[in-house]
Amino acid sequence: MDGDGGFRRELRDYVVGLVLALGLSGAAFALVAWDPWPARTTLGVVAALAVLQLVAHFRCFLHIDLKQSHRDDLQLILFTAVIIGLMVAGSLWIIFNQNQRMM
Amino acid sequence: MSVGSTTGKRRHPGLNLHESDAHPSDGEVMFGFWVFMMSDAVLFALLFAVYASLGVNTAGGPGPHDVFELGPAAMETLLLLLSSFTFGIASLAMKYRRGMALLQGMLALTLLLGLGFLGLEVHDFATLQGKGALPQVSAFLSAFYALVPTHFLHVSLGCVWIVVMMVQLRMSGLDRTTRTRLLRLGLFWHFLDIVWVMIFSFVFLRGML
Repeated sequence: MDGDGGFRRELRDYVVGLVLALGLSGAAFALVAWDPWPARTTLGVVAALAVLQLVAHFRCFLHIDLKQSHRDDLQLILFTAVIIGLMVAGSLWIIFNQNQRMM
Repeated sequence: MSVGSTTGKRRHPGLNLHESDAHPSDGEVMFGFWVFMMSDAVLFALLFAVYASLGVNTAGGPGPHDVFELGPAAMETLLLLLSSFTFGIASLAMKYRRGMALLQGMLALTLLLGLGFLGLEVHDFATLQGKGALPQVSAFLSAFYALVPTHFLHVSLGCVWIVVMMVQLRMSGLDRTTRTRLLRLGLFWHFLDIVWVMIFSFVFLRGML
């Protein structure tokens, strides 16, 4: 049955998403718990793992991909990402610059 | 749902290029919810920016090392990730009509996992109070209490929403209204998971380093 195949395929998507999510967050927690590297390196790797997990969640749980039918959602997300990037990076830049001048 | 109650009238303020049905389509409803979620994402992003810029100012009070614990954060992460998965199964049960029992069961399981997460967080907040880490102690703690409890509130509202949907499904079954509401609840729930990933990475794990 076609519906049956679709159910299986989409269920696999969710299972892949769960495995990725558990693996990536597990790796981040394990890195911090065992602490094998200097703090700066670990922080970079944890940030990279977080971004990977973000993509995995969007792809597997929220079903955002590059297909034409999802372009509106994708464009909205990318636009929001630009706004967030501008506001967060801008705020941090200004605040830390101020901080330095106050020293 | 009640936007533009009569056909032929303007559906929304501003320029209306073509006449359309009384009700917005499912796609429009979902896109509208995406817009809401992305504005919520901007709110969280700015709370993160506040935390990042104030997080170093502990004013002689307890710092991240003194107040955060890895174990409970890992446990909360596990519960929330599993709840996203069980909600996914609920969405599939709805889409492929696998019966009301599976749908309701998965919603109940998601609710339990969500409540477990909330319980652990309440316990965490109580532990913080015990350590004298109150919001008024330092800029670091003020920023922390602005960010993490905002996510806590969102998850609480999500739990209320799940209960409401379980009751509505019991009363009116799977009609067009309950289906799109469940779809939006799904978006909301998965979105909260993403926010939590950012919180444990950039607040708890960064604080423990």
